[in-house]
Amino acid sequence: MKSQITLTVNGERHTLEIDSRRTLLDLLRNDLEFAGTHRGCDSGECGACTVHMNGIPVPSCMLLAADCDNTEILTVEGLQPEGDLHPVQRELIEKGGIQCGFCTPGVVMSAVALLDENPNPSEAEVREALAGNLCRCTGYAKIIEAVMSAVEDSG
Amino acid sequence: MRPFTHHAPSDLETALQLLSDLGSQAVILAGGTDLLLNLREGTLEPDSVVSLRQVAELRGIHEDKHGLRIGATTTLRDIIRSQLLHRQHPCLVHAASLIGSVQVRSLATIGGNLCNAAPSADMAPPLLALDAEVLLVSTKGKRQLPLQDFFRGPGEQALQAGELLSEIILPHPQGETIYLKHSFRAYMDIAAVGVALRLHANGGTFAAARVALGAVAPTPMRAKAAEQELEGQAPSEDRFARAAALAAEACTPIDDVRAPAWYRRRIVEILTRRGLTALWQGTEQVAG
Ligand SMILES: Cc1cc2nc3c(=O)[nH]c(=O)nc-3n(C[C@H](O)[C@H](O)[C@H](O)COP(=O)(O)OP(=O)(O)OC[C@H]3O[C@@H](n4cnc5c(N)ncnc54)[C@H](O)[C@@H]3O)c2cc1C
Ligand code: FES
Ligand code: FES
Repeated sequence: MKSQITLTVNGERHTLEIDSRRTLLDLLRNDLEFAGTHRGCDSGECGACTVHMNGIPVPSCMLLAADCDNTEILTVEGLQPEGDLHPVQRELIEKGGIQCGFCTPGVVMSAVALLDENPNPSEAEVREALAGNLCRCTGYAKIIEAVMSAVEDSG
Repeated sequence: MRPFTHHAPSDLETALQLLSDLGSQAVILAGGTDLLLNLREGTLEPDSVVSLRQVAELRGIHEDKHGLRIGATTTLRDIIRSQLLHRQHPCLVHAASLIGSVQVRSLATIGGNLCNAAPSADMAPPLLALDAEVLLVSTKGKRQLPLQDFFRGPGEQALQAGELLSEIILPHPQGETIYLKHSFRAYMDIAAVGVALRLHANGGTFAAARVALGAVAPTPMRAKAAEQELEGQAPSEDRFARAAALAAEACTPIDDVRAPAWYRRRIVEILTRRGLTALWQGTEQVAG
């Protein structure tokens, strides 16, 4: 019950033989060793596993890897060249939008997906874009503040 | 999860042939946002999963002389971004935007929402209110059913082994439609009650009225007695109140973790009255 797939992750092509039951999240974390994408609920509820598939934010725990043949995946590791930070990441650090950091990669990928499509979102639009990213630490206020600052930085 | 074979047919004909060959051993995957949970929990243990993700013919929104045709694997994200739907059926855009999160809506499809047949499925009440029909296809042929005849019970619909839902067919818009969802969190929450209403005024009376309810019966349903209270009649607060009471009477909610039955019934009445009044006054923003 294996499937063969070819996909691009953070700009690099991979061809893999995988068990059909594997999710994209399993593939990223276990086969390709991109552990920046976190596993929270494994059921679509928490957003910790958010990555971009062909530029669109998706919960990688809800996608069979076999369904990702010929797709382009971007994870938090591929967002910027090694050592650089995206403005959203920089502002999250600056504004205290990170505490334990478990939700952070998902938050970053959701926020970046929003800004890629809409560089000048309102606070309500930011809140909606992040509604699927649960954070147990920050109370969200500083996360929203950070994303709004990233909007101002680029605008 | 039990092992299964994954099939990713690239066109509809191949998909139908596979479904016919595999019969009841196969399950269909569209967005997978319901199905993956069933596979993980072991409530489904298929030998094969037939993924529709590569079948381009099943995805997209088209206009023809009868109305609109929405491909079954059109995602909720596509629906929210469709200019055609914004113009013709904004209630569907609104209903889609209330489901899950941005991420879930990137995967979840309109057809999956209907085929999963949850009583609380958010796309169902507005589609019922719009008199939607569904097109079911298999290697043996096609059949078209009114959506209200598609739902059979919680998690059950009219699909037979080998058959898939290919399109949702909408007649031209007549009148105004709204969908009100009552849940306990603004985002990421299943409906405790869903109410979709359509009023089509002609002269001083209603030529057509639809009252469709979600999460208050074994299937999404139409409250026909409430509709009859309105059709052919002139609007008035009293009439809206009577229709709302009839809608509450028609539903058969259950007690569960989200809400007790008496509460759901009460909310049906309140939302129906509030929604009818808002539709009549042309108010767009109504709290669910
Ligand atoms: C975090 C989260 C939040 C959610 N919130 C909501 C919510 O607020 N409201 C709501 O209504 N739902 C919600 N859902 C449920 C789900 O996302 C929706 O029902 C979604 O529309 C299902 O579509 P899908 O394409 O993912 O279905 P899938 O999981 O692919 O399929 C669902 C079922 O339908 C069958 N099926 C799918 N497509 C077809 C077809 N074309 N022909 C025949 N059979 C088919 C499958 O075999 C399966 O049994 C939520 C889910 C998650 C994970
Ligand atoms: S781990 Fe995927 S949404 Fe929680
Ligand atoms: S910082 Fe701990 S979960 Fe968000």
